[in-house]
Amino acid sequence: MSLFAVSTFVVFHFALNRTTVSGDLAAGVLWVTLLFAAMLGVNRLFVADAEQGGFDGLLLAPVDRTALLIAKALTLGACLIVLEFVAVPAFALLLSPPLGGGVAGLVAVLALADIGLAVIGTLIAALAVHTRARDLLGPLLALPLLVPVVIGAARASSPLLAAAGAGAGASAHAAWPAARWLLLLGLYDLVFGLIAYAVFDFLLED
Amino acid sequence: MPRPTLRTLSVLTVLAFCVYLPLVFFYAPIEAEEGFVQKIFYLHVPLAIVSLCGFVLGGLFAIAHLRTRESKWDLRSYVAIHMSLIFGIGVLVTGSIWAHASWGHWWVWSEPTLVSFLIVMLLYATYQPLRFAIEDPERQARYASVFAIVAGAFVPMNFLAVRLSTSYLHPRVLGSTSNLPAPMGYTFLVSLLAMVLLFATLCMYELAAKRTRILLKSRSRILGYQ
Repeated sequence: MSLFAVSTFVVFHFALNRTTVSGDLAAGVLWVTLLFAAMLGVNRLFVADAEQGGFDGLLLAPVDRTALLIAKALTLGACLIVLEFVAVPAFALLLSPPLGGGVAGLVAVLALADIGLAVIGTLIAALAVHTRARDLLGPLLALPLLVPVVIGAARASSPLLAAAGAGAGASAHAAWPAARWLLLLGLYDLVFGLIAYAVFDFLLED
Repeated sequence: MPRPTLRTLSVLTVLAFCVYLPLVFFYAPIEAEEGFVQKIFYLHVPLAIVSLCGFVLGGLFAIAHLRTRESKWDLRSYVAIHMSLIFGIGVLVTGSIWAHASWGHWWVWSEPTLVSFLIVMLLYATYQPLRFAIEDPERQARYASVFAIVAGAFVPMNFLAVRLSTSYLHPRVLGSTSNLPAPMGYTFLVSLLAMVLLFATLCMYELAAKRTRILLKSRSRILGYQ
């Protein structure tokens, strides 16, 4: 996943024909890359359980089935955090967005978006693992569901990555993302976390 | 065999359309800024409202299916989502026509309702591929219900997100329903009613067709052929 993200940044350099990106463009490149790398993770999340009988093992064990949701979501979240430890510095190195003092804000946005990606990714992975075209269907289902995450994350990180003094108003450099985007991401995480918790059991019956 | 309710619903729908269409063309006043083209509003907005309510209804039927495990709720959920998808295509087409006529572009990213509707449609367009990629019928129904619930909850969340993100460069035509003059208001209510009836009738037809097909399949299996 990390290697995919780094390669994608290189592809973006050639596709956009730029050596630096800033503002909206930087936020867009970063979040599209993280989103598609997360899709790779989603594809592989439940495959081992499906093929090696992990689901049956869980059903036989005297544990609450939602434990699998929490475990897999935490796993996907951890994978995303490791991915970001590699990808964000690579992004800073390869495409040189002007970061300045916005790192703490970027970390906050990444954390909230990771939770959303992890919850929805786990739910959709569980849905897609038993279908025929699971590698295709997983991202296909997840991408529209993750649009609010992309909106919130990209809009929140865009002022953090804007060139200082590049222009007043829309893309002035900021140190902390606007509250509305953090609230949107938080609300999304809460709502879909609760829904995933409620419906996950139904996905695990024989 | 045709149920009595199907016939009454069909007659009611035809009557509603016989009232609704003349109202739109002859009674509703021509809007000052946009002219005659604005009347597509009486087609586009009811289609959109009915379509979105249909998606949420599909989610509610899916909740009923998961709670009671009766396949009739799953069938209703499928038909509601299927019909809303078809109505939704109508929304996108009429929205494009209206956008081109009033603003000169076939697609506008700055109209949040159109954009969030596109995202909802992209999501529900995956509903049928998901269903038909699962072979076991009981699992198919269960997974489809889970998806319908998640997607139903997504609809309002998505509208909120897109509305927050768009800058209002274009005039908010769709947001001005609260101060419609009386003739336009009445016409709008009639058009909404006609669309709801059309949705209900078409759903009942599809349900009847599916039930008949299921009955036919089980009968022919019992009788030994096919």
